[in-house]
Amino acid sequence: MFDWLQSFADWLIFQVIGIEAESHLGMALNFFVYDVLKILILLFVITVLMGIVNAYFPVERLRDFLNKRKLYGLEYFFASFFGAVTPFCSCSSVPLFIGFVQGGIPLGVTFAFLITSPLVNEIALAIFLGMFGIKFTLIYAILGIILGMLGGMVLGKLKLERYLSDWVQQLILNKNKVQEDFESEQTPFLKRLPYITQEAWGIVKSIVLYVIIGIAIGAFMHGYVPENFFEQYLGDGQWWTVPLAVILAVPLYANAAGIIPVIQVMVVKGIPVGTAIAFMMATIGLSIPEGTLLKKVMSLKLITIFFGTVTFFIILSGFIFNFIFKNSNLLL
Amino acid sequence: MKIIKILGTGCAKCKQTEAIIKEVIAKESIEANVIKVEDIQQIMAYNILSTPAVVVDEVVKIKGKVPSAQEIIAALA
Repeated sequence: MFDWLQSFADWLIFQVIGIEAESHLGMALNFFVYDVLKILILLFVITVLMGIVNAYFPVERLRDFLNKRKLYGLEYFFASFFGAVTPFCSCSSVPLFIGFVQGGIPLGVTFAFLITSPLVNEIALAIFLGMFGIKFTLIYAILGIILGMLGGMVLGKLKLERYLSDWVQQLILNKNKVQEDFESEQTPFLKRLPYITQEAWGIVKSIVLYVIIGIAIGAFMHGYVPENFFEQYLGDGQWWTVPLAVILAVPLYANAAGIIPVIQVMVVKGIPVGTAIAFMMATIGLSIPEGTLLKKVMSLKLITIFFGTVTFFIILSGFIFNFIFKNSNLLL
Repeated sequence: MKIIKILGTGCAKCKQTEAIIKEVIAKESIEANVIKVEDIQQIMAYNILSTPAVVVDEVVKIKGKVPSAQEIIAALA
């Protein structure tokens, strides 16, 4: 699909700039140009697609949907699924949380949304697709959605309402069921498309720097870190690498755009896939800044329980990934 | 005089929204009082799910995105 891009990178580096194709520098630059362009294109396409989904199914409609129907347990699936397709912005997580709870959505279902939303987002998916291929990306997305569902179900069972901040509990008590809230927009698709692409372009622009830095670090490691370097320390399925990676990742606050290209190289150089995935999920799914935002609506105890549950499921996914991909070559 | 409230917990998009609104009212010489609301309890009183949101005279006009200049002019009309 991206052959033409490879030809372009070859032409640019070897012909126009005139660096030897066999030299280290030539290979690194070629890799860099190809990857940056490929990922930016994928990012733009996926963001537009998600923008279209979101234009027709905004969070307000999701809330109504979850609220009005009896879904017999499937509400966890829907909340988690829409957490995945809704563009995530950490600044919206608190209003969303309260809005859902206020609208009468059970706490567990709200948590399912809140777990999946940062974990599976358009940026992570685009970069995964570019760096690891379709099979891996699908497994990642499905596992992320399942993780959100299970996390939500467990948290829902724990009866945690009493650990919400007082004013939030008040809101739940006088559940002011708001009916008028969602009126569907009637703007025709073609009129909306320019706006959606503009929005997508804005997202791509805002992370382009992280993509470039991430891929540059990746390209550097490609050239200078010896093959199987990590394998001697961390490879070969030592189980404890997964929890260790998660613990190291929580204080790190990085976005998917910068971290995935680095992780791809680490996998090539011998880190087990599950360990790398757990590390990445923990970096983007569990962040201290998000914790401090949530502090406004939850007690510390609830935040600890929430983070603890998510951590548990991330570690579990790490084990599952290591198990699935133990002997198969997933990178192609 | 219109009262414009920008609801947002202080993220980058909320700051962009504030900047563009100030730009528009200066350019169109609209008389308006721009207030930034950062307190989550006050924000939630407007029953929105995503920020930033723009409230004109206590009516939510725009939510969940950084508005364009035309959208702001339309919201103020």
